[in-house]
Amino acid sequence: MAFNSVVLAKQVPDTKNITGQAMLDDGTVNRAALPAIFNPEDLNALESALALRDRCGGTVTVMTMGPPSACEILRNSLCRGADRGILLTDRRAAASDTLATSYILSCAVRKLSDVHLVFCGRQAIDGDTAQVGPQLAEKLNFPQVTYVEEILDVSDSTLRLRRNLGDGYELVEAPTPLLITVVDTANTPRPPAARRMLKYKRARGKAELSKEATEKFGKGATADIEKYMAQRCEQLSAKGLLIEQWDLDDIEADLTWCGRSGSPTKVHRIQSVVLTGNEHKQIEPTPQAISQMVHELIEDHTIG
Amino acid sequence: MIEVNRKGDVWVFAQQHDGKLNEVSLELLSKGRQLADRLKVPLGAVLLGQNVDSLTVPLFHHGADKVYLAQHDLLETYQSNTYAKALCQLITKHKPQIVIYGATPRGRDLAPRVASAMKAGLTADCTDLDIGDNTDPSSKVTHKDLLLQIRPAFGGNIIATIVNYDRWPQMATVREGVMVLPTPDTSRKGTVVKDDIELAPEDALIKVLEKSHREKRINLKGSRIIVAGGAGIGSPDGFQLLRDLANALGGEIGASRAAVDSDFINKDHQIGQTGTTVRPALYIAVGISGAVQHRAGMQDAAKILAINTDAEAPIFSIAHYGIVGDYKEVVPALTKAVKARA
Ligand SMILES: Cc1cc2nc3c(=O)[nH]c(=O)nc-3n(C[C@H](O)[C@H](O)[C@H](O)COP(=O)(O)OP(=O)(O)OC[C@H]3O[C@@H](n4cnc5c(N)ncnc54)[C@H](O)[C@@H]3O)c2cc1C
Repeated sequence: MAFNSVVLAKQVPDTKNITGQAMLDDGTVNRAALPAIFNPEDLNALESALALRDRCGGTVTVMTMGPPSACEILRNSLCRGADRGILLTDRRAAASDTLATSYILSCAVRKLSDVHLVFCGRQAIDGDTAQVGPQLAEKLNFPQVTYVEEILDVSDSTLRLRRNLGDGYELVEAPTPLLITVVDTANTPRPPAARRMLKYKRARGKAELSKEATEKFGKGATADIEKYMAQRCEQLSAKGLLIEQWDLDDIEADLTWCGRSGSPTKVHRIQSVVLTGNEHKQIEPTPQAISQMVHELIEDHTIG
Repeated sequence: MIEVNRKGDVWVFAQQHDGKLNEVSLELLSKGRQLADRLKVPLGAVLLGQNVDSLTVPLFHHGADKVYLAQHDLLETYQSNTYAKALCQLITKHKPQIVIYGATPRGRDLAPRVASAMKAGLTADCTDLDIGDNTDPSSKVTHKDLLLQIRPAFGGNIIATIVNYDRWPQMATVREGVMVLPTPDTSRKGTVVKDDIELAPEDALIKVLEKSHREKRINLKGSRIIVAGGAGIGSPDGFQLLRDLANALGGEIGASRAAVDSDFINKDHQIGQTGTTVRPALYIAVGISGAVQHRAGMQDAAKILAINTDAEAPIFSIAHYGIVGDYKEVVPALTKAVKARA
């Protein structure tokens, strides 16, 4: 059977290459100072969904919640083979914790019809929480299979999946609709295809176009901006290059469960990790000095 | 969500797997004990399963005052949905103020599902928990005696403390190994509270066909001495020098993620944020630069010896002893000195 899959992907700051400048005085992180990347395990989720579609047919829709710049990962997904990309963007969604995020995503997934499978990466590298997947599954009332490493057999409406739990494996059978979270050992994501890149590098979302127009005409030039936007949207849409964009009204989200008011967890304090220049004993790399140190460690019972 | 309930218990989710308690649950009981004492409320352990009555005893020995025990055919094997439903029923009934879970794959599968159903807050992968007050910066209202949920964020570059004052219970998952496992007090006793759970077959949609559990061949957490190698070791063969040293000291081999990613050694040896957290008497870091994610797993070692060719490597700033030099010369010299000690 053919599956309609939704992949939830996130654009994240590259936490591997973080610098001091990335921290603001109020303790929050200046995301703008960090390169934004496709969350690594979301790429594994996308690959699993694409591979399943190649095997059984169906569609792959990639959805991301974030600022207009998150269109970049939708473009990237289209180049890798996704059928459709949707940007969920709304200022009122800012400051959402995992609970509010999963609520918003659940409204958006419900808006799509006939979803059989939801794919998420196991976790995002900016928060490492691994919470949004299971929370979304609960909100959709879907069963969940986390830590999926391989989709084995696929029959009518059940899947056999192998989970990698770090200290062992589990082979499970699960019905659809189903939410799965995918680990990084599942696959090697296919690179963007050259032919698709030629086409989709020009895809744009409305929010990006409006930014483009404001830069072009200046903030006050409402009429020019509107005209330009209308034109560009029509052009792109005719070529299938207009990235769909939804806000909280489009997905009929109840605002009390979104953003700050929908987020039970609050930041109490943030400390950046600074190394205190601790005094250590410098040992010369000579046999005598090393023996002396070993002797000290025996004296204080560190080694027996 | 349940109402704010200052008299509510502190709960630890007691993870069991095929009738065996997961060690992290016992670690959490010792932390839970401290929290419950601060709040002057009972410490409860929640045990779900089938035919697991005998497991209540070690839970009391490790500090629980009560064990909430719910047994059901559909709870025999762990499954996200049945366990989440059972736990939500217990939370709704008994209204604990705090629920903590071990951040194992299973705990991280279960806790968010419960949090979503309860519309409660949840903080993942905490490295410490405490009780404290929080003043909301906009309303200036002070909330007393909240669970402070402390965790590294942003790839370990910051430490965030999270609170949750309006939608209870306050919940967190806690990393394995970061809390000390105390010696059990075999004279401790407590009360078993048996609860009936309502579950239907349609709650259990996932079939577990096969399970394979691989015991880790090494026991890093229990090891007094760890000799750990990093990218600087350069090859799988290089680790042999570290093994010679570890054997001479009666220690285990640890590794940085870079060494694991380069296939110098298998992942069971990884120490750090995404590996094992250790607190040995002696940690010897060889050819490890000391990235924040690595330090997160070893900085509580009683003594740290760093061996590195780069005198500026960050590892030296948390070390007690530092040797600047090539490990290929330093490590054999150290092994020789250790062997000569008797
Ligand atoms: C989300 C996330 C999670 C992570 N989790 C972990 C984790 O759990 N554990 C972990 O370790 N890392 C983790 N990392 C990776 C971490 O950031 C570092 O990349 C890693 O710890 C570096 O390993 P290293 O010190 O061995 O390598 P490097 O940083 O490359 O350091 C090698 C060191 O070897 C020294 N050296 C070279 N040759 C010699 C020689 N002949 N003799 C002596 N010294 C020599 C060099 O001077 C250098 O200091 C994580 C990263 C991220 C983003």
